[in-house]
Amino acid sequence: MTKTILAVDDSPSVRQMVQMTLKGAGYTVVEAVDGEDALDKARRGRFDAVITDQNMPKLDGIGFIRRFRELPTAVGVPVVFLSTESRDDLKAEARAAGATGWMTKPFDQTMLLNVVKKIAG
Amino acid sequence: MSAEADPSALFRQEASELVASIEVGLLDLEKREGDSELIASVFRDLHTVKGSGAMFGFTEVAAFVHEFETAFDRLRRGEAAVNADVIAVSLKACDHIRGLLADPATAPAGKPILDALAGAMDSAAASGAGLVVQVRLPADAIRLGHHPRRLLDELAALGKTRIAALPEAIPPLDDLDPTDCLTGWRVEIEGNVDPADVEAVFVFLADLIDLEITPLGDPAPSMAEAPREATPARTAAPAQGSGPDTMRVATERLDELMDRVGELVIAEARLHSIAQTAGDSVLLVVAEDIQRLAEGLRDATMSMRMVPIGSITGRFRRLVRDLSTQLGRPIRFETSGEDTELDKTVIELLADPLVHIIRNAADHGLESPQERQAVCKPETGTIELDAEYSGAEVLIRVRDDGRGLDPAKIRRRAIDRGLTTEDAQLSEAELFRLVLEPGFSTAERVTDLSGRGVGMDVVRRTVEDLRGQIEIASEPGHGSTITLRLPLTLAIIDGLLIEIGGEYYSIPLAAVEECVELPAPHAAASGASSFLNIRGSLVPFVRLRDLFAVTAPPSDFQKVVVVTSGGSRIGLVVDRIVANNQTVIKQLSRLHAALKGFSGATILGDGTVALILDVPQLVALGRTIEDRSARLERAA
Repeated sequence: MTKTILAVDDSPSVRQMVQMTLKGAGYTVVEAVDGEDALDKARRGRFDAVITDQNMPKLDGIGFIRRFRELPTAVGVPVVFLSTESRDDLKAEARAAGATGWMTKPFDQTMLLNVVKKIAG
Repeated sequence: MSAEADPSALFRQEASELVASIEVGLLDLEKREGDSELIASVFRDLHTVKGSGAMFGFTEVAAFVHEFETAFDRLRRGEAAVNADVIAVSLKACDHIRGLLADPATAPAGKPILDALAGAMDSAAASGAGLVVQVRLPADAIRLGHHPRRLLDELAALGKTRIAALPEAIPPLDDLDPTDCLTGWRVEIEGNVDPADVEAVFVFLADLIDLEITPLGDPAPSMAEAPREATPARTAAPAQGSGPDTMRVATERLDELMDRVGELVIAEARLHSIAQTAGDSVLLVVAEDIQRLAEGLRDATMSMRMVPIGSITGRFRRLVRDLSTQLGRPIRFETSGEDTELDKTVIELLADPLVHIIRNAADHGLESPQERQAVCKPETGTIELDAEYSGAEVLIRVRDDGRGLDPAKIRRRAIDRGLTTEDAQLSEAELFRLVLEPGFSTAERVTDLSGRGVGMDVVRRTVEDLRGQIEIASEPGHGSTITLRLPLTLAIIDGLLIEIGGEYYSIPLAAVEECVELPAPHAAASGASSFLNIRGSLVPFVRLRDLFAVTAPPSDFQKVVVVTSGGSRIGLVVDRIVANNQTVIKQLSRLHAALKGFSGATILGDGTVALILDVPQLVALGRTIEDRSARLERAA
C-alpha cells in the first residue's frame, strides 16, 4: 500500500520538489499551502506522515503541529518540521508541539528521502 | 497422599536426577570444551526439566530453566564457546534450580545468574567485537509517530543483532496506556560497529532518550554483581554425594522379575506338597521357610510394579486444557485418589481408554456454555476423575456434569445400527451398555475429537482384557459417570482353592466374603429356591456342579463361598474348600479365552491346573437369577 504524505509549504517550488522526490520513491503526496489548509485536510483523512514548513501565512508550522496533535487522526503520525534556521530552541519548541523529526533548509532530494524513509518507513 | 504418590514429588525427584546429570555434563564439558555431544545432552536434560516443570506447576523452575536453556542453545548452535566462566555460572544455575525445586518462595532471584551466564557467553563469543545498545524511548514516542520497530530494523542493518526487550517499566495492565512506549530494548550488535552509526539511528530522539552504548562482552554492572549474589545459593546447596533415594529400573527387568517370582511360587507350592506327603519334619520346616520367603518376595515384587494413578493424570490435565480451547467450552478438571496404585501394565494400558472417555465427556457430555446457561448450570463444565480401592479392585470413575445420556436416543441409534430390535425390552443399564458396542456413536456430528464410534468398544475391549469391567450411569441433565473396575494386579493373587467334582478351581480371595455350610434343605440338587438366607439377607446362589455339568455325586457337606463384586453378592456352591493358595495367573489360551466364567488358570503344587473363576461374571449371573425370580414373582 502506498503511503500518503501531507506536504505543507507556502512555497510552490518547495512543494513541487517534495512532490517529485516522494512520488519518484513511490509515495502519494497531498499538498497544503498553509497551516489552516493542512489542518483542514488532516481532519478529513489520515496521513502516514506530515512534512511542514515553519514560516507560513495564516498558521505557522509550530502552530499547525500543536493543533494537528489534538486531532484523533494524528496519533502515531510522524511530523517532520522544516525550518531555515537550525536554532536549537526552535527545534525544541517544535518537538514540544509534537514534531517527530526535523530538517533544515536548504535540503536536497536525498536528504528528504532519507528522512521520510526513516520516519514513515 | 503419600510422598511417592504426589506427582510433584515425583517430578522433584526426576528433576533433581536431571540436574545431577546436567552437572555431570557440565563438569565433563569443562574438560572437553568443544564436545557438541555433551552440549546436546545437557541441552536435552534442560529441556526435559523445563517441560516437566511446566506440566507440574513448577513455573519458577520452568521459567528459569527456559532462560538457561536459551543460553545453552547458543552454545549448541556454536554462537558462543564454552569457557571456564560459562561452566562456573552454569553450575551456579544448577544450584539455583535445586533451590527453586526445594522452595520457590525462598530461593533468591535467578536473574543475576542468567545475566552472568549471558555475560560469560558474550565474553566467550567468537569475535568479541560488537556493541550492546540499551535504549528507552520517551513514553509518547509512538503517539508522535516514532516506530520502535523501524529503529530496531535500522540497528539490525548495522550487523547481526540479538534483541531483548526490557519490560521492567511496564505497569500492571490496569494502569497501562497502550499508546505509551514503555518497553526498552537491549540490542547486541555483532561485528565492527561504529557507535556514531547507532547514535545516527536515534538522531531525532537524541536528547530525549536513555541510550547506553557499551562494547559487547564488557560485563554490565548488573552482571558483575551476579557471582556475589549467587554465592549463598551454592553454599546452601546440600551435599550431593549420597545418591538419589530411588532409582529407575527398566520395566522389562521388573516384568522378568515378576515372571521368575511367579515360577518360584509355583515351585514352592510343589515343594510344599512334596514335603507334606513325605512327612519329613526337617524338610517341612525348610519348605515352610521357603514358603514364607517366597510370599515376601512376591509382595515386594508386586509393590515394585505398583504405580500411582497420579502418574498418568498429568497428561489428562493437559488434554482437558486442549479440549477446552478446541471446543470453546470452559472445563474444570478435578482429580482425586491420585495415590491409588495399580500395576504398571494396567496403568499404561488404561491411559488410552481414559483419554477416550474424557474426550467423550468433554465433547458429547458437556454442553456448550450457552446451553449450560440456558439450564442454569455454571458455565464451566466439570470433569472429575477419581480412583479408589474397592476390595481387590480399583475403581476409576470419570464423571461429568453435562447433559447425561439420552436413553431414547441410544435406543434409536442402536436400532438403526442393528444392535437391538424394535421390540426388545431393555433396562436402562442394558441400554447404556450398547454404547460400548462396536460401531455405536450417538454424536450427531463427527468431530475430530470423538464420535467415530470406534472408541468405546475399544475402551471396553481394553478394560476386559485387563479383566476389568465398565459401568455406565447417567442422570439426564446432570451428567454421566463411567466407572472402570480393574483388578489390582495381573500377575499373582491370593486365591481360595476349591474342589468341584474332583477338579480344583481358584477364587480370588479378595472377592470372597465368607464361607458357609449349604443348609440341608438346599442340599438336594436343583432344590426349590435358589436363595440362601444369610443372617437375614437373601443371597442368590449357583451350584457350580450344575454350571460345570458335573455328574459325579456331590459330597455330603457342600459349602457355599459367598463372593462379592460391584456391590452384589452371590453364593457359589462347591464340594469342598481346599486351602488358600498363591494363584499365579496364567492367561487362558486363545482357544479358551472366550469361555465365560473363567478369567485364567493357575498351576498347583502338584503340577495340575486349576481354573480361576471370574467372580464379576458369576455375580452378573447371580443378578440375572434375581431378575428372573423377580419377574416370576410379578407374573405370579
